[in-house]
Amino acid sequence: MSTVVPTPTPTVTVPDRPARGIRPSTAKPPRAQRESPFARAGAMIVMAVFTLYFLVPVWWLLVAATKDRAQFTGTNPLWFADFSLFENIGALVSYRDGVYLKWMLNSAMYAGLGALVGTIIAGMCGYALAKYRFPGRELIFNVVLGGVLVPATALALPLFLIFSQISLTNTFWSVFLPSLVSPFGVYLARIYASASVPDELIEAARLDGAGEVRTFFTVSVRMMVPALVTVFLFQFVAIWNNFFLPLIMLRDETLFPVTLGLYGWNSQVNQIPELRGYVLIGALLSIIPLIIIFLLLQRFWRNGLSAGSVK
Amino acid sequence: MKKRAVAVALLAAASVALTGCATSTTSTGTAAGSCAPSTGKVDLSFTTWIPGMEDAVAVWNKENPDIQVKVQTGPNGNGGTYQNFFNQLKAGNAPDLGQIEYDALPNFRVQDGLTDLASCAGVLDAKKDFVDWTWGQVNFGEDNAVYAIPQDAGPMAMFYRADLFKANNIAIPTTWAEYTAAAEKIRATGGYITNFSQSDINQFAGLVWQAGGTWFKNDGTNWTVNLTDPTTAKVAAYWQDLIDRDLVSTNPPWTDEWNNAYNTGSDWTWNSAAWGANSIASGAPDTAGKWAVAASPQWAAGDKASGNWGGSSTAVFKGSKHPFEAAKFALWLNTSDEALTMLNKSANLYPAAKSGLELPALKAGVDFYGGQAIYDVFAKASAEVSPDFVWGPTMTQTYNDVSDGFKAAVTKKGTLIDALKTGQTATIAAMTAQSIPVNK
Repeated sequence: MSTVVPTPTPTVTVPDRPARGIRPSTAKPPRAQRESPFARAGAMIVMAVFTLYFLVPVWWLLVAATKDRAQFTGTNPLWFADFSLFENIGALVSYRDGVYLKWMLNSAMYAGLGALVGTIIAGMCGYALAKYRFPGRELIFNVVLGGVLVPATALALPLFLIFSQISLTNTFWSVFLPSLVSPFGVYLARIYASASVPDELIEAARLDGAGEVRTFFTVSVRMMVPALVTVFLFQFVAIWNNFFLPLIMLRDETLFPVTLGLYGWNSQVNQIPELRGYVLIGALLSIIPLIIIFLLLQRFWRNGLSAGSVK
Repeated sequence: MKKRAVAVALLAAASVALTGCATSTTSTGTAAGSCAPSTGKVDLSFTTWIPGMEDAVAVWNKENPDIQVKVQTGPNGNGGTYQNFFNQLKAGNAPDLGQIEYDALPNFRVQDGLTDLASCAGVLDAKKDFVDWTWGQVNFGEDNAVYAIPQDAGPMAMFYRADLFKANNIAIPTTWAEYTAAAEKIRATGGYITNFSQSDINQFAGLVWQAGGTWFKNDGTNWTVNLTDPTTAKVAAYWQDLIDRDLVSTNPPWTDEWNNAYNTGSDWTWNSAAWGANSIASGAPDTAGKWAVAASPQWAAGDKASGNWGGSSTAVFKGSKHPFEAAKFALWLNTSDEALTMLNKSANLYPAAKSGLELPALKAGVDFYGGQAIYDVFAKASAEVSPDFVWGPTMTQTYNDVSDGFKAAVTKKGTLIDALKTGQTATIAAMTAQSIPVNK
């Protein structure tokens, strides 16, 4: 659409110009509907400032990650010195038998698997709440909504005490199982399912002899994809960035997600300054999966967001 | 409710401690029964944040097939591991052993989280193996109690730019009065004698420690908080004067500006601990070979006193089923030359054991310091640290409150002594809130 536009625009603006000189008052209304150049420039400046504000730390991280230790303090923090990014990465992945790679893998497992299973559960719950009528439906939904308001951090300690009772602390499950729950996902899935999955379609599937489970997975899920991708993305990011729960649950370094591992290193840079470089390069590498998954799923995500907001 | 529970636990702890004192003088036989060896193979868990601990433990595991230790890790103590310890103690699944810094030990003691190891074989005898003051940190002044085994220490000395002092013909200060005089001369050249840290309250405590002060006392039941005693006031006034006259820089510590001030030769000295040797080497790489280390400046000419900054211990938690084996391991870990050498190499730990001070690694010259055998200075300093300094049971809170005030002081919105007064009030309030008996 936008690629065709360039040629017509001059023909529109050219007759406007002399008109402004002769009869300013009548010429104004058509121009006022477009943004004034000042408002436009103002908006652009605000956007530019914010872009800069958000990107400078990332830029700093990128630059810092390419420096060796001596240059890190001695050179301009926002510009490159000798480019030793790959040496740094090599040193990081070989430090302590590649424990960093293990952390990345753990994060991928917690976030990837957790978000996948969590999305399926949230999708099923939301669908059931939207499409089935049963006593207590609203009550359940309201309780789930209440769950949205409780921050995950507040639940970490009670979870620790519960997991202690069943001797599951310091295991993969102690971080994985709590990650599966997403009240917000249930909420979003319900709203979306009730709006986008027509009852007639479910009825038709039933008439054709499909069971409820089959109807859900073959018919309804397809219509709910934008919402499910959104839930997946939210869950993935939430689990990837979740720090407090692993901090409380895990003691075994080989189970750490990358956030906790880097935090642990960073807490010791006073006494073991070498770790600082590893923290920097590790932090840079750890945001790459998030960027990739955002770029891949962004299209779905935008759809999902707007759908949720209108309905 | 919770407070009451804590209070009850505390009373129980206090009474146990009291009876422990009373009985131990008459007989140690009964106590010994509580720390008997276990039969069969024993598995111990040990939580620490020291990198490279696995390697030292691997050596132990190889030599002791019947006592196998598993290392668990986490962020440093105040970064979350202490809170985890408390959570685990509450849930009843604390590890057998844990790393605890000296300034956090009283907190665990007050919450009744530590096992008294005095009745475990060899522990009381080990007193002679450790630098005197470190033992005072783990027995809280009780003769017949040992709540942890000292691991490392941070005796303080003065790192200084030998080249700059020489080039500008300024004498190396040996007293704090000379330090001020040197500060004036250094300021005239454009530099600063040092950086006053607004957030390393334990460093300031080390300076108070050197001056002979102590912030806390415990008479067996009641705590006394004294962040504003005359000694502390003297130290605070000293640094306040340097801040007021702009003779010290006030960069936030451990930041790039701070490193840069040292790297570019703007800051000339650092009153820091043995483990700080690596911090400068790493933060100020351009100054390699130009540094040296001297004993801390003294309050009176001819005195020999040092402060301490940092250091930690290996404690056995309440609820450990194998205190005997745990104590045996902790003693080995913190006295064996092999383990101490490994930990010094991997994590720059400066040993608390006397024999550890003689390690070959700590006798050699260090290139960054122009080949000076700097650890000789620290070994001497370690012997000069007073055994009387006592930490309080709520140090994290105390540090935070004092640090808030110090931050205001370096921006000239308050004074150091004001900050300490606020810290004093806040600490007493915090202890009262936790039902810790405290003299007001």
